[in-house]
Amino acid sequence: MILQLIIGGTATGAIYALMAMGFSLLWQTSQTINFAQGEFVAAAAFIMLIFYDALKLPYVISLTLTLIVAVGILGVLFRKVVVERLIKTGLLSLICATIAVGIMVRNSLIFYTAESMAFPSIVSKEAIPLLTIRISPLDVLNISLAALVIIALQLFIRKTKPGKALQAVAQNRDVAEVLGIDVGRMSTLAFAINAVIVTFAAILVAPVYAAKYNMGLALGLRAFYAAIIGGFNQTRGALIGGLLIGYIEVFTIAYITTQYSEVVILVIVIGIILFKPEGIWGTKEVWSREL
Amino acid sequence: MFRPFLAKAWKFAVIAIVLLIIPRFLGIYTIYIYSWLLVYLIAAYGLNLILGYAGQISLAQAAFMGIGAYVMAILVTRGVSFWIALPAGALLSFGVGLVLGFPALKVKHHYLAMVTIGFNFIMYKLFENQEAITGGYYGIFDITRPGIGSLRFDSDLAYARVIAMVTLFMIIIMYWILNTRWGRAFKMIRENEVRAEIVGVDVRAYKLIVFAIGSAYAGVAGGLLAPLLGYIEPSLFELMISFDFLLMVLIGGRGRFEGPLIGIAVVILLPEFLRITHQANLLIFSLIAVIVLLLAPEGGASLWDWIFKRVTGRKPPSLTK
Repeated sequence: MILQLIIGGTATGAIYALMAMGFSLLWQTSQTINFAQGEFVAAAAFIMLIFYDALKLPYVISLTLTLIVAVGILGVLFRKVVVERLIKTGLLSLICATIAVGIMVRNSLIFYTAESMAFPSIVSKEAIPLLTIRISPLDVLNISLAALVIIALQLFIRKTKPGKALQAVAQNRDVAEVLGIDVGRMSTLAFAINAVIVTFAAILVAPVYAAKYNMGLALGLRAFYAAIIGGFNQTRGALIGGLLIGYIEVFTIAYITTQYSEVVILVIVIGIILFKPEGIWGTKEVWSREL
Repeated sequence: MFRPFLAKAWKFAVIAIVLLIIPRFLGIYTIYIYSWLLVYLIAAYGLNLILGYAGQISLAQAAFMGIGAYVMAILVTRGVSFWIALPAGALLSFGVGLVLGFPALKVKHHYLAMVTIGFNFIMYKLFENQEAITGGYYGIFDITRPGIGSLRFDSDLAYARVIAMVTLFMIIIMYWILNTRWGRAFKMIRENEVRAEIVGVDVRAYKLIVFAIGSAYAGVAGGLLAPLLGYIEPSLFELMISFDFLLMVLIGGRGRFEGPLIGIAVVILLPEFLRITHQANLLIFSLIAVIVLLLAPEGGASLWDWIFKRVTGRKPPSLTK
């Protein structure tokens, strides 16, 4: 039982971690708190549905097209139209705008369908009995693919030239600019990476819970909690935070309460904010300019 | 501190008379819309104070409205007077606002946004699951309307007038707050937090107070809503309603005294004319909100000023100095 819960918690937690990572990436490189993160996942799931379900394209081609559209709209367009303009006027306007964009996305998805849509997966959704427990192939896929994306992201940031530039921007914007890094372009890159991340989160989470127009809200919230718990300015913090939220969720539902699992998570998050606002793993924020 | 307020007193008297006369000319349905609009206006004013004057975000206005409404419903169905239940709901909202704002305001403001979203979720769950107190999924019925002595305000018309007077009272209080030392401190914090701190303003305390006052406004709105409908249920106070309030304030232009009026007019009245689905409405509102933000990031009211100037060729009148 416990082992089964741990696997389940890791699987959902891995998805939260993925989303939280995109979240903290945007915060570090572009000082953007994206309250539409959950809706972005929902949007990516629906774009995928359009290609796969409505246009009947093969899975891999649908995914490729979804990635391209997501990077274009949720990444580059979102950054150019909304973020770039509002970042200069301060965080408050930007937060308001991303919330409004989230509402916009949620209520436009309903025009495709208000129903819960079964979402394709490359593995079977039937659980396989293994010794004393049952293992869902979906969980295994979620854990491994999320791990793969996270490792790929880490390698990109640490080993490649654009990745290092991105890191420099995250560490100190002004110095990065002085050193000749195009900060604006790096910010666009970060938004593009985030679009890729949310697309992967979408194809992982949607087969588990089915795709619905309002699926984003709870997801986005969990990603934000994960980022708060782990610390906003550490990628590994997002990983730890995401997994923790996954475990807390699974274990409270199994042992304590189903109705109030949200409450338990929130109490922990508020506790973290009160006593360790930089997060479990994060370090104190040192910004060259006050936001 | 009362002088600017007294100077405007006659204006408020005129507004009071207009507010009392308007429902006389409305039909059954439009009286209901009128009452609904005024109730929402109070909650929107609360959020405008939080968002526009203290630069904080609350996405729990619906939950605080719920607190006010449930306090009203629970007390009134047990025989307590409306006039006691209304301030009681406001006070509870104020207190809960203080407790909720305290951890979040220790850090950056997006935490408050997140915490309030979570809080709205939790309150909804409580309303739905604490059946012994809240009636659970079905809510509470038979919430009677108030009276003073033998004078009853049971008719839609009479109760609309009660709502109008309470709304005006709340707006006057808001106006008074903004023109006192507190109000100046709020504005100073909004414009430059660091400078406010240097001058000796306790920024955190003020932010907390603003958040609590804004929440109390939602509590009053909820208290008025319960007898208006005669029943309450959890879905009236779900997170989406909080988003509606945010859109209202953003559309009207945060941080302007008349902002919520414009926002409420758009958000409540436009659907009455368009007659499309709620989702389509939200799509339009969120689009307007984003456009307003993009065109006038400092607060949408300046955009409405510009439109007013374009249309009428005159400088827009200002309600505050």
